[in-house]
Amino acid sequence: MNTLLRRPMLAGFILLALLITLLSSVVIVPETRQALIVQFGKPDRILNRTTSGQVIGGDGAGLAFKVPFFEDIVWIDKRVRDVDMERQMVLSTDQLRLEVDAFARYRVVDPLRMYIRARSEERVSDALRPILGSVLRNELGRRPFADLLSPERQGAMDSIRRNLDTIARQYGVQIIDVRIKRADLPDGTPLQSAYDRMKTAREQEARSIRATGARQAQVIRAEADAQAASTYAASFGKDPAFYDFYRAMQAYQRTFVGEDGKARPTNVILSPQNDFLREFTRGGER
Amino acid sequence: MNMTPGWAARARGLFADNKGPWGSSTGSTPPPGSGGPDNPGPASPWGTPGPNRPRGPGASVTSLDDFLARGRARFGGGRGGTTPPSKSMIGWGLLAVVLLWLVFTSFHRIAPEERGVVTQVGRYSRTLGPGIGFTLPSPLERVQKVDVENIRNVDLGSTSTETLMLTGDQNIIDIAYSVRWNVRDPELFLFEIQNPEETIQQVAESAMRAALSAVTLDQAIGEGRGQIENQVQENMQRILDSYKSGVLIQGVAVKQADPPAAVNDAFKAVSASQQAAQSDINQARAYALQLAQLSQGEATAFDKVYEQYRLAPEVTRRRMYYETMERVLQNVDKTIVEAPGVTPYLPLNQTRPPAAAIAEPGAQAPAAGAGR
Repeated sequence: MNTLLRRPMLAGFILLALLITLLSSVVIVPETRQALIVQFGKPDRILNRTTSGQVIGGDGAGLAFKVPFFEDIVWIDKRVRDVDMERQMVLSTDQLRLEVDAFARYRVVDPLRMYIRARSEERVSDALRPILGSVLRNELGRRPFADLLSPERQGAMDSIRRNLDTIARQYGVQIIDVRIKRADLPDGTPLQSAYDRMKTAREQEARSIRATGARQAQVIRAEADAQAASTYAASFGKDPAFYDFYRAMQAYQRTFVGEDGKARPTNVILSPQNDFLREFTRGGER
Repeated sequence: MNMTPGWAARARGLFADNKGPWGSSTGSTPPPGSGGPDNPGPASPWGTPGPNRPRGPGASVTSLDDFLARGRARFGGGRGGTTPPSKSMIGWGLLAVVLLWLVFTSFHRIAPEERGVVTQVGRYSRTLGPGIGFTLPSPLERVQKVDVENIRNVDLGSTSTETLMLTGDQNIIDIAYSVRWNVRDPELFLFEIQNPEETIQQVAESAMRAALSAVTLDQAIGEGRGQIENQVQENMQRILDSYKSGVLIQGVAVKQADPPAAVNDAFKAVSASQQAAQSDINQARAYALQLAQLSQGEATAFDKVYEQYRLAPEVTRRRMYYETMERVLQNVDKTIVEAPGVTPYLPLNQTRPPAAAIAEPGAQAPAAGAGR
C-alpha cells in the first residue's frame, strides 16, 4: 500500500487497468439488440434473444457480464428490419410485362445461425434481396396479369412470404411480411398502349353520351310535335272547311303585313276579275 | 445479475456524501416502478436516508434496510473518513461536477406531448408521463423522449408530379395522398422496428395499391374515395400492428385522384360531352314547352273564333275576308291590270323593290296557296 502511494504513476496505471477490466466485463444489452458472446471466435451464448412471446422489459436486456479479453460480443439487431428489393420485370402468364417493387420485413430469430452463415444483418439483407426478387418473379410469373391487381394478390404475397421464409430460415431469419410496393406497367410501349386504350375508351364513352343526349332530345321534340298535332287536330278538326279559311286569312296577314303590323315592301298586281274587286268592277249591280 | 446488489451498494457508497442535500426531497417520492423486492438496486439509494424514514412497509424491507445500512456503514463510512482531510479546491470542484451531473441526468422534463421511455442499463423499465420525471443518474438509467401526441404527416405522391398506380380495371390513376400517424406505444416504437418512418411509407404505398386494385378507375376518381381512404387506414393499421410498431394511423387523405395527364384530355372530353348532351336535352325541352303553349294558344284562339263563326257563318266569313284584305292591301303598291288577253309590258325592275312580287293573274284568292 505504501509503495503504491509513493508511486502515483504506478497506482494510476493499476487503477486504469482495473477500470478497463471492469468495464470490459460489463455488458449493457439494450432492448433493441441481441448479443452473441463469442469466445475466441467460438459462439458461446446469446443474450436478449428474440423469442416468440416478445415482451419489452423482460429478462433479456439489461446488465450482463462476460469474461474480459476472452469473450467478444457480436451485436445483432433484434428489431424488425426491412429488405427493399430492386425493381423486377415480371412477365405474367398472359405475356404482360409488369415492373414490380417489393419489400420484405424480417427479424433475426436465430442469431447464432445468422452469425455463422452471414456474419451481419447487412449481409443477410444483401443475400435475401436477390432471393426475394427471384421468388417474386417465379410466383407472379405463374399468374395472369389481372390477378396481380385483384385481392388475389394477398394469396400471392402469402405464398412468396412462405417461400422466402424457408430460405431465410437458413440464415436464422424469420420473414414476417412480404408486400408488393409497386406493380406498374413499364415505361414505353406498354404504358403508351394502356394510355391509348384509356383514351379510346373515353372517346367511346364521350360519343355515346353525346349520341344518347341527341336521341333523348329528338324524342322530346317529336313528343312535343305529336302533342301539338293532337291539340291542333282536336281543335281544328271540328270544322275543316272553316279552318282552311281561317288559316288562309292568317297566312295572308302574316305574309303581306307581318306580325308587327308594318307592310312588307310588296307589289301586288291585281286583275279586275279578282274576287276582292268584284264589287269594284260590278259597280254595285245586283 | 447476482452481483447487482453489491454493485449498487458500491455505487451508493460513491454517492454517499452528496446524497444529503436532496435526499430528503427525493426520499418522499420513491421512483415509480421500482417497488419489487427483486429490484433493490435503483430503489435503495433514494429510499434510505436511514433514520428519518419511517419503517413501515414490511419484514422483507426491514431486513433489506438492515443489509443496506450495513453496506452504507462499510462504504460510506470509509469514504467519509477519507474525504474530509483533503479539503482542496479540486475536491470541491469534483463534488460540484458530480452534483451537476446528478441533477442533469436525474431530472427529466417531459413535455405534455411526450413520454419518456426509461431504460435501466439497457433494459426497458418504465415510461414517464408528462411533467418532471426522476431517474437514476446517467449510466444507470437513460430516458428517450418520444413525441406521442404530435400527429405526423407522410406525403406520398404530390400534386405536382405524377404517381401512377394501376386500378382493378387495369387503368392508370395519378394519385397523391397523405397519411397521418402518431405514436401509440413509445416502447414498441423505439424497440421493435428499425426504421419507423420508412416502414410507414412502404406500408402506405403497399396498402394504397392493394386498395386501388379492388376498385375501378371511375370509383377511384369518384365516389369510391372515402372507401379507399378507410380501407388503406385499416390495412395499414393491421400491417403495422403485425410488426408491433406501436404506431397509430390517424387517417389517410386522398388529396388527388386523377387520370394521368396523358389521357386527361380524353377525360375532359367525356365531361364536355356530358354537358353537351345535357344542353341538347335542355334545348329540346324548351322547344317542347314552347310548342305546347303555342299549340294550345292557337287552338284556343281558333276555338273562340269558331264559336262566334257558328252563330253567323256567312257574315263572319265575309267580314274576316274583307278585313284581312283591307289590312293586306292597305300598305302595298297595287297595280290593276285591266286588259284580258293582252300581256302588258311591266317595268317590274323599276317599280318594285328587290322583294318578291306576286303576280296574280287568276280570278280566285289573291294569293292562292300562299301559306307559310
